[in-house]
Amino acid sequence: MISPAGRRAWRVSTHLAAILALTSAITGCVDGSGVESAGDEVTSITVLDYYTDTSEHAQWNDMLVTCGKAAGVKVEHTSVPPASLVPRVLRQASSRTLPDLLMLDNADLQQIAQTGALTPLEPYGIDTSGISEGILSAGTYEGEVYGLAPYVSTVALFYNKDMLAEAGVTVPRTWDDLKRAAAALTRSGRYGMAVDASATFESSWQFLPFLWSNGGHERQLDTPQAAQALQLWVDLVSSGSMSKSVLNWTQAEVHDQFAAGRTAMMINGPWRIPALNADKDLNWGVAPVPVPRTGQNLITPLGGEVWTVPQGPSKARQQKAAQVLACLNDSANMLALAEQHFTVPSRTEVAARYAEQNPSSAVFVESVERARSRTEELGVRWPKAATGIYTAIQSALTGEQTPEQALRHAQQIATGD
Amino acid sequence: MTDLSGPGRLARWMFVLPAAACLLLFFGYPLVKNVVMSFQQYTTTTFYTGAAPFVGLLNYSRILSSELFSEALANTVLFTAASVLGQFVIGLFLALFFQRRFPLSGILRGLLLLPWLMPLVVTGTTWRRMLDPETGAVNALLRGLHLSASGVPWLTSTSHALVSVIVVSVWVGIPFNTVILHSGLQSLPGHLFEAAKLDGAGPVRSFRHVTWPLLRPVVSVVLVLDVVYTVKVLDIVLVVTGGGPADATETAATRAYELSFQQFEFGRGAVLGNVLIALSLLFALVYLRVDRRARNV
Repeated sequence: MISPAGRRAWRVSTHLAAILALTSAITGCVDGSGVESAGDEVTSITVLDYYTDTSEHAQWNDMLVTCGKAAGVKVEHTSVPPASLVPRVLRQASSRTLPDLLMLDNADLQQIAQTGALTPLEPYGIDTSGISEGILSAGTYEGEVYGLAPYVSTVALFYNKDMLAEAGVTVPRTWDDLKRAAAALTRSGRYGMAVDASATFESSWQFLPFLWSNGGHERQLDTPQAAQALQLWVDLVSSGSMSKSVLNWTQAEVHDQFAAGRTAMMINGPWRIPALNADKDLNWGVAPVPVPRTGQNLITPLGGEVWTVPQGPSKARQQKAAQVLACLNDSANMLALAEQHFTVPSRTEVAARYAEQNPSSAVFVESVERARSRTEELGVRWPKAATGIYTAIQSALTGEQTPEQALRHAQQIATGD
Repeated sequence: MTDLSGPGRLARWMFVLPAAACLLLFFGYPLVKNVVMSFQQYTTTTFYTGAAPFVGLLNYSRILSSELFSEALANTVLFTAASVLGQFVIGLFLALFFQRRFPLSGILRGLLLLPWLMPLVVTGTTWRRMLDPETGAVNALLRGLHLSASGVPWLTSTSHALVSVIVVSVWVGIPFNTVILHSGLQSLPGHLFEAAKLDGAGPVRSFRHVTWPLLRPVVSVVLVLDVVYTVKVLDIVLVVTGGGPADATETAATRAYELSFQQFEFGRGAVLGNVLIALSLLFALVYLRVDRRARNV
């Protein structure tokens, strides 16, 4: 006969055994699917990007599948919204479940490379010849290339041709032109100009061509050059040529305003072109962002996404991923992708060919030649400077602070730790 | 008689076990982790390497001494106080209104729940559109009624933006207040109102001397829950103003979000998270006391 105490112990032990069996089943399950033994043939690789837009996702999927076929692997392609990409990557980095091929916004690359989660591309023998220094630097961390972009983009001035013609205004080339044109184009229910001045990194990115072309620098924000650039935006708002609502507009909303005919000019990027083309009533043109004075050089920020090969348990999978990455970046595919997305191929000589074939893209090709990456100077400290810049934009446009005061504060944010 | 020893006792603990394990795993662990994190230099690199050096009180001293913190805390207090007051007063009026039965009152009460059922992102986006200073419906209405010639700069002025997010938060909170207060009113004994009426009390006196004292326990619970729900609101602010313009609507919750998920300063974001947890905990303790008192009444 079993004593009460013995029965209790027996029950506890059976429960514990059940729990143990359950947990080992769970962990066993994870182990089984996560890692494959080294000898196995790699038949598929996982790919993560933020191309969630339906047509964009489909175009990229086609390209990835084609490149996968060439490398002899199936591609499992996943897209997540841009804002959740980095948090997801961090989560995957800590659980060691990173995809085999990963796309990152070039401004985030250094931060992720710093964690050690990415592999340098050099050992894979990927051809980086003919890619301009500026573009290569956008994928470089501490002297090693971790990411390659098939194409790059930047911002430019989009304008409504009909409205400019009706107001008798020529396309502005300088800041003074811009102010005059914006004022002349402003009507009841319509503004002359629109930018993204929201409290996000997007507005810092839109402000950079104005800052850099005027000799300003993200390393030192409290300079007269920076203040003049910010003053231009303030003047546009205070003269009524630009809506005060720019404080809340993202780039997508700036586009909506332009498409709805509520603004005659806007700063935006080439990724808007498919939508602009789809609107048959919209007669639009594009020009480089105006510079402070005639003859000055325009310097714009380099946009676009770089492809990387994260660390993983299997060297064979990394090799396959690197093959696909190289395929995305070969001259022919680069040209095809750039044409699909109205962006600029990364290899200088391909870009030149592209500009010849697509005259409408000449503005972007030209702007990209002198474009700089946002992380080139500050590296992983760029997010701090970007926060300082958008905070200054918001304070100055609301009239809370003068541009000088706002930028002094921005410099504190950028250099504080 | 209850048997406090042997298998009976074990069985009882076994029933508690799943819930306790769940609480520990999904509430206890993140809570402890957040507290630990606030003493660490926890950055993007930590996610991959797992290395998070302890930095003592550095995160706390940096955050608590910054002007951003005092600003965010002031905004949080203003936002919470005004939102709770607004949604409670309007909710109480509606609850009293629906205490009377009239044709369609049931349907109307059902419709009133809509703001509660709608995803907050949808609510926020809709209000953002409506409050747009130039194209929004709210300013069109004001202009149409000749109440304001130029329109109110709801989202673009630093002095109006906080009011705007409070308006949205009040709108979202009304159904909850109405429903709980309404059910509280339903449970009040009807004969007391009849007696008050016979004694010659009008609606105001009857509310003041009969309804209010009897409703007090429910009111306290509603207010405490309102505070706990509102103090941590993130989505409404993020969608309607994004914390702007010029940080005018930045609360402790939005700052925590920015620090952690935009600047990847997880240690510092955790400090603000802990401040919010402490605030909520304070009100949760108040709630428990109030609840106990309500039970004893």
